[in-house]
Amino acid sequence: MGVKKNKGITVQGMPYEDWKDNEYIESLVEELKANGTNVVVGSFDKLINWGRSNSLWPLTFGTSCCAIEFIALGAARYDMARFGWEVARASPRQADYIMVSGTIVHRMAPVLRRLYDQIAEPKYVIAAGGCAVSGGPFRKSYHVVQGVDQVIPVDVYIPGCPPRPEAMIYGVMQLQRKIKVERFFGGVNRKEKIKKFFEEHPAPEAKEKNN
Amino acid sequence: MEELQNRIASQFPQATFEAGEYLLVNIDDAHWHALAAYLRDNERFDYLISIVGQDWNDAFGCVYYLTNTFTRVILSVKVTTTDRENPMLHSVSDLWAVAGIYEREVYDFYGIIFINNPDMRRIFLRADWNGHPLRKDYDASPEANPVPTENEETDDTTVAYVENEKGEIVKEERVVFAPEEFVVNIGPQHPATHGVLRLRTSLDGEFIKKIDLYLGYVHRGIEKLCEGLAYPQMLHFADRLDYLSAHQNRHCFCLCIEKALGLEVPRRAQVIRVIMDELMRISSHMLFAGTFCMDLGATTMLFYTLREREKILNIFERTCGARMTYHYNVIGGVAQDLHPDFVKDVKAFLPEMRKSLKEYHTLFTGNVITEQRMIGVGPLSREDAISYGISGPSGRASGWANDIRKTHPYSIYSELDFEQVVRTDGDSFGRWMVRMDEVLESIKIIEQLIDNIPEGEICAPTPKVMKLPAGHWFQQVEASRGAIGFYIESDGGTTPVRVKINSPCFPLAGIVDHLTRGAKIADLITIGGSLDYVVPDIDR
Repeated sequence: MGVKKNKGITVQGMPYEDWKDNEYIESLVEELKANGTNVVVGSFDKLINWGRSNSLWPLTFGTSCCAIEFIALGAARYDMARFGWEVARASPRQADYIMVSGTIVHRMAPVLRRLYDQIAEPKYVIAAGGCAVSGGPFRKSYHVVQGVDQVIPVDVYIPGCPPRPEAMIYGVMQLQRKIKVERFFGGVNRKEKIKKFFEEHPAPEAKEKNN
Repeated sequence: MEELQNRIASQFPQATFEAGEYLLVNIDDAHWHALAAYLRDNERFDYLISIVGQDWNDAFGCVYYLTNTFTRVILSVKVTTTDRENPMLHSVSDLWAVAGIYEREVYDFYGIIFINNPDMRRIFLRADWNGHPLRKDYDASPEANPVPTENEETDDTTVAYVENEKGEIVKEERVVFAPEEFVVNIGPQHPATHGVLRLRTSLDGEFIKKIDLYLGYVHRGIEKLCEGLAYPQMLHFADRLDYLSAHQNRHCFCLCIEKALGLEVPRRAQVIRVIMDELMRISSHMLFAGTFCMDLGATTMLFYTLREREKILNIFERTCGARMTYHYNVIGGVAQDLHPDFVKDVKAFLPEMRKSLKEYHTLFTGNVITEQRMIGVGPLSREDAISYGISGPSGRASGWANDIRKTHPYSIYSELDFEQVVRTDGDSFGRWMVRMDEVLESIKIIEQLIDNIPEGEICAPTPKVMKLPAGHWFQQVEASRGAIGFYIESDGGTTPVRVKINSPCFPLAGIVDHLTRGAKIADLITIGGSLDYVVPDIDR
């Protein structure tokens, strides 16, 4: 654990100064401090977050080119198993995060939403590649969703077309950092995080009830 | 060609002819089915390459590209209808099996109803989609078709428009799955489907009775996007179709535009393109080997084959600057010159590849479990392969010599010494072996060229504003998975009127139902894996 050595929030022993978007993580830390927490609960939070952030299991999900880079990420050269992310799960119920690698089109959008709903809390989303971030080269198309954040909440964006496996590693490491500064008890283990998003984007069932 | 024209003219006096790249026959819809039957049965045009749907503002229609697999003559037929409200054409799905899904695609994009096609549902877009997107008067505003939040309704029935004895068109409802059938839904998110593809599978115990195919989960509307872009701008879509044959796809797109412009590509660029194509083919077959073996339970193979693939990606990266989506071919040549170490890297790689291939065969091919899972699974006859339009390695495994590099040579392939790999087993094992042997042939091609890359220009001078003359062109190239075709129609402006991508994977997905009938559900994974389709190439 490099946290003590480098003062700031970091993972995999990477020096804190080498990270980008430190301000965002700092703002999360400030928020955490402002809310205050019990010494005992806070210590458990740290322990659990250490464990959670080092055993992130992705959902096997890919629609196009980026999925091939995700396969490369799992193979020997880039070997994401080094970081504890190797157990790509075919079932969303066993996954921790979903890396949306590839274009999401209109027909796929409800399916993606359903997959996301099936992942157990706490869950995270990484938008990998131009298509998932904003629609990418197909932004003007009649059938492409302009960024997955219209369908599900996104935690980390990885630009690139497709992003290199190194970029994907960096992206998941950023997610690890984010997990490390979360409040677990009374925080993400409750469904508060996505409540707001669901209010803005009501699920199909909820809509029917309103009608 | 002239003899063929005379023979058609004597049988069908209504037909008019246009000379061009390929002979174009104009025929009215009333005589189209008779002409199609004549062409197939008497002139042996047994392979339907493509159906290009079109909207010329005043008329809808289709251009059919047909090939005689014996004489290798290509013929195109144009059928039009001026009825914009309710356009209808006669189906040829009873003559060429592949026409069934091609016509569904045209119906989806243009709303042309095909009379007597047994299944007239949309294929790429949801059933509740408003409008037909490739029509020129399509309303593309996001309000017309917002991002859906509702789950898709799946219907167990389909419609067909049938012509009765009196010549009236009757709408009929047909049953896809009866209520008592046991239907399992596989996909769109399933690790064995290699991408987002949905197979509704009707089962009888462990045996598959029928598969209903749902596509379009990554349909990006590339053909429509191309219509608004200048020619050099739209090239990058080719890399993102079948990203595992990015070089070949782009090569094909460039060849088609170069043919229209009458550009002469410098010799150096042609040699570089061919070397890149073959390297790409090896890397694609390596990924196929890895994922296919993983589907069969041999996870280790993925690590072995990706090791080789990474070596090729290194070579690509040094010259093209990317691991995927290279954007290397440009109109008139290639984008940048080779890396100084290119020749050295490739020469170091080829012997390693030969050695690794032997290793794969020792590890996997001779394995008893492998043989039992592959031999005799999903047999495909030569006739069916042609009728279903299965080009590429999958078709060659069934004894159909269809390699575009040999049948319609492009670039410098006619000067090269290589064999097209043809096997007669036609099963999953055959499809596996064809790809493995093709890697050897690709190595052979690269070895012939790597020491003889001529000096000179890498790109022909091209006009700053590229305008294609009015007309239409069709070009095919042998990609990793089969023959990819690009059709471009221009009215003389800077943007095309119509770009049609004839992807090799679309028929591959279309034949899954035919191949799996009566097979066990575990064989579905073997058959799907051995066909090696890439879903973004199917959906475009």
